[in-house]
Amino acid sequence: MAFSHKHLIDITEYSADDLMLILETAKRFKEVNERRIKKVPTLKGFTIVNMFNEPSTRTRSSFEIAEKRLSADSLNFGGSSTSTVKGESLVDTVMTLCSYKIDLIVVRDKHAGVPRKIADVSGVSVIDAGDGKHQHPTQALLDLYAIWEKKGGFDNLHVGVVGDIGHSRVCGSLVPALKTMGCEVTLIAPPTLLPARPDVLGADHVSCHIDEVLPELDVVYMLRIQRERLEGAPYPSLREYNRLYGLTREREHLMKPDACICHPGPINRGVELDSYMADHPERSIILDQVYAGVLVRMAALYLLLGGSNDGLDA
Amino acid sequence: MTDERTVKSICMDEAEIERAMTRIAHQILEFNKGAENLALVGIVTRGDLLAKELAEKIKEIEGIEVPLGKLDISFYRDDYLTHFAPEVHSTDILFDIDGKTIVLVDDVLFTGRTIRAALDALMDIGRPAAVQLAVLVDRGHRELPIRADYVGKNVPSSHNESVRLFLKDIDGTTAVEILDVPEGGRIGSAPLSKNGGE
Amino acid sequence: MALMLKGARLVDPQVGLDEVADLLIDEGKIARVGNGLDAEGAEVRDMAGKIIVPGLVDMHVHLREPGYEEKEDIASGTRAAAHGGFTAVCSMPNTDPVTDDAEVVGYILKRAKEVGKCKVWPSGACTKDLAGDTLSEMGHMYALGVRAFTDDGHGIQDSGMMRRVMDYAAQFDCVVVAHCQDNGLVGEGQVNEGVVSTRLGMLGWPAEGEELEIARDIALSRLTGTPLHIQHISTARGLDLVRAAKAEGLKVTCEVTPHHMFLTEDAIGDDYPTALKVNPPLRTAEDAAALIAGVADGTIDAIVTDHAPHTAWEKDREFELAPFGMTGLETSLGLVLTNLVGKGVIDMNRLVELMAVNPRAILRQEPVRLEEGSAADLTVIDPSAAWTVEADGFCSKAANSGFIGWELTGRASDVYVDGVATLEAGNVVE
Repeated sequence: MAFSHKHLIDITEYSADDLMLILETAKRFKEVNERRIKKVPTLKGFTIVNMFNEPSTRTRSSFEIAEKRLSADSLNFGGSSTSTVKGESLVDTVMTLCSYKIDLIVVRDKHAGVPRKIADVSGVSVIDAGDGKHQHPTQALLDLYAIWEKKGGFDNLHVGVVGDIGHSRVCGSLVPALKTMGCEVTLIAPPTLLPARPDVLGADHVSCHIDEVLPELDVVYMLRIQRERLEGAPYPSLREYNRLYGLTREREHLMKPDACICHPGPINRGVELDSYMADHPERSIILDQVYAGVLVRMAALYLLLGGSNDGLDA
Repeated sequence: MTDERTVKSICMDEAEIERAMTRIAHQILEFNKGAENLALVGIVTRGDLLAKELAEKIKEIEGIEVPLGKLDISFYRDDYLTHFAPEVHSTDILFDIDGKTIVLVDDVLFTGRTIRAALDALMDIGRPAAVQLAVLVDRGHRELPIRADYVGKNVPSSHNESVRLFLKDIDGTTAVEILDVPEGGRIGSAPLSKNGGE
Repeated sequence: MALMLKGARLVDPQVGLDEVADLLIDEGKIARVGNGLDAEGAEVRDMAGKIIVPGLVDMHVHLREPGYEEKEDIASGTRAAAHGGFTAVCSMPNTDPVTDDAEVVGYILKRAKEVGKCKVWPSGACTKDLAGDTLSEMGHMYALGVRAFTDDGHGIQDSGMMRRVMDYAAQFDCVVVAHCQDNGLVGEGQVNEGVVSTRLGMLGWPAEGEELEIARDIALSRLTGTPLHIQHISTARGLDLVRAAKAEGLKVTCEVTPHHMFLTEDAIGDDYPTALKVNPPLRTAEDAAALIAGVADGTIDAIVTDHAPHTAWEKDREFELAPFGMTGLETSLGLVLTNLVGKGVIDMNRLVELMAVNPRAILRQEPVRLEEGSAADLTVIDPSAAWTVEADGFCSKAANSGFIGWELTGRASDVYVDGVATLEAGNVVE
């Protein structure tokens, strides 16, 4: 099986075979992660920069663990301590990093399109760890992995994504990836939280009534709702949001017996998700998603750095 | 891919391989004074099948079922960049290797790099009491200080030849063949993926 | 010395002229037009195969001086204008300090006289500092010749303030020029709301954010009686609003840019090309087709460039942080010749109306006609010159064009301003 990608920036560039290869590879890394010595020497000598220009704890720590378990050297770059605050341009910053002879940049930025820009400027492999409201491909991969493990496949799965879809980079990657894998996708949100053209993401259906859709769903993907100021907010109050769109204990009877619950974290308990549902022993796969994050990131790093050198093999 | 190579000669046929495996099984038992505390770990993709066969023979001879595992060394290779094959096989060692005498099993011993990787992988999994090496063919050209404890057959080969084991279950025929590798072609036995991903 | 331009096709719908003839320039004016003119004592230039039209005017240009000379200045901007075939430009007031009083207007006029390669007619801000809350000194600026007032860049948000501007402007023979953008709807919008905003995950700039304010300003023009000119119209429905206002007999005109006609949102790929970040944003293919139809049917009065030069580093960054705008002075004529005239959408007469006659009329400037006594502001077009837009081929300081690499047919070869050549054989005359 061939893998010819150098970057993981736009999940729509990945075929179903590409995505399956990543999931299969992630499964191999699961064995590594369950040993006492959870580390392999594969990426010894590779230097990876985690360029997080926006605060992130979960994604960054997941990448860091993945890099360490592959024996790569990693440098955390970003946050308030760096040049962006000093007024240096993105291009100059990237050129500076490249002078260190690095092999891959993992980038999180609040502006859409930055990973592509970095790829064009730097010439090294780039993984998008979330860019603005655009995409977050490794999140989509870990979601796919968790769903794949729970459901055993993607055929005939109907996935409902509930919440702030219009401002969600998670959706920007997840919805196209689910479509690539052959799932049926329904977006469920108040109209104020929908993108201008849900069909462009690939969604099959859009609904404002979670109770009508819930009985159809095999996977219920709850998005985090931003606890923003109420002035200008796209919904009047958190309690009204919870009543109209929250996955509450009272709604469980509407779910299929084997329907599972996903959430990208961190959870706003009592807003989009009741604690009962978030911790549901049979349904919730939220912690499996977190674990899968390390596995798919190891797989992506392994395949991208190997794949980027494909062709040297004489 | 096989069609790029020309078969030069068959150095072991099915019967010969069968006899060699039987001999190795006896030697393992003799050297270790039985099958107690013994475990077999085959290196994918070929060594795992040979290990399975050895386990069956040991059971026939000694009546003991030794633990059997398989090891994928993709994450331990030192030629990750130049010989990247994206398809990773699974490592399956469902027993505790701590304190055991592990017999690593591979098809062809060549440079020794695969065994080096396998030893590293094994050490990351646990702490065996001892590790021994069984190979069907030793073709020479070692690049590392590694030698086999059990050898089916020593096959002198030239550096630009490939010595390869074919097995009925995967390849339709069982034999060890010497093949000519065209200039620039890949020499060595691993990794061999389903689609000839080399 | 008199100058004889011999054997060109002369096109001027104002005087019903469209034939091959000679044109004699003397003392900065057109001395004679006719066949087989006596060239005694005049320098003769063979213009066979060329087209001579009344000098082109770009009524929407950011010259950036004073204040942003790193992007462009009056010297470089007017050279770009001459290079693109223009004899005059109307400069926008978003300078630093803002062109909102007589001093800044006076400075621009003085600099244009000293270093300019075309006529510069500055527009003045409607409100002080373009802040939308206090009237600017329109009367002072009017006295210096300003005939257009605009808060180009973002428009006047408060409807009461816009009414006050138009009421006050009614005492002068001037036009209020409107950048139509409702910030409540537009917010931080980056690209057209719809397919591209969804695909690229950026905030949308909805068509309605423009259309709502076009409708408002038309209503205020009706209320105040003040002439209104709508800038860089970009949507089909916005154009319908102008069409209806004209049918009603209101004094409403509008303009369109080449980029809103010839580029669409579909050109904004996954590489986030900042050269295509403009305000208003590139719209849909349907909108672009409607704009081209509006140019052909007369609903659109003028083609302008909204020439918005920026430094390379300002554009070479995150899309959401890059400034809006692209350059246009040096590509506009070629694009219009190639994509409208060349494809038979409009003829040369209509081009002259759109790029020379109407802009002067809207800006209340003296008309230029191809007849005796008119100012010799002339653009000579080589209709068959094939050329490629290249980043290093500009006289502008900036190269943030969305048309780099386009292959065009037709461009200005010579330009005369008051009878003096500013462009000869494609080169700016120094």
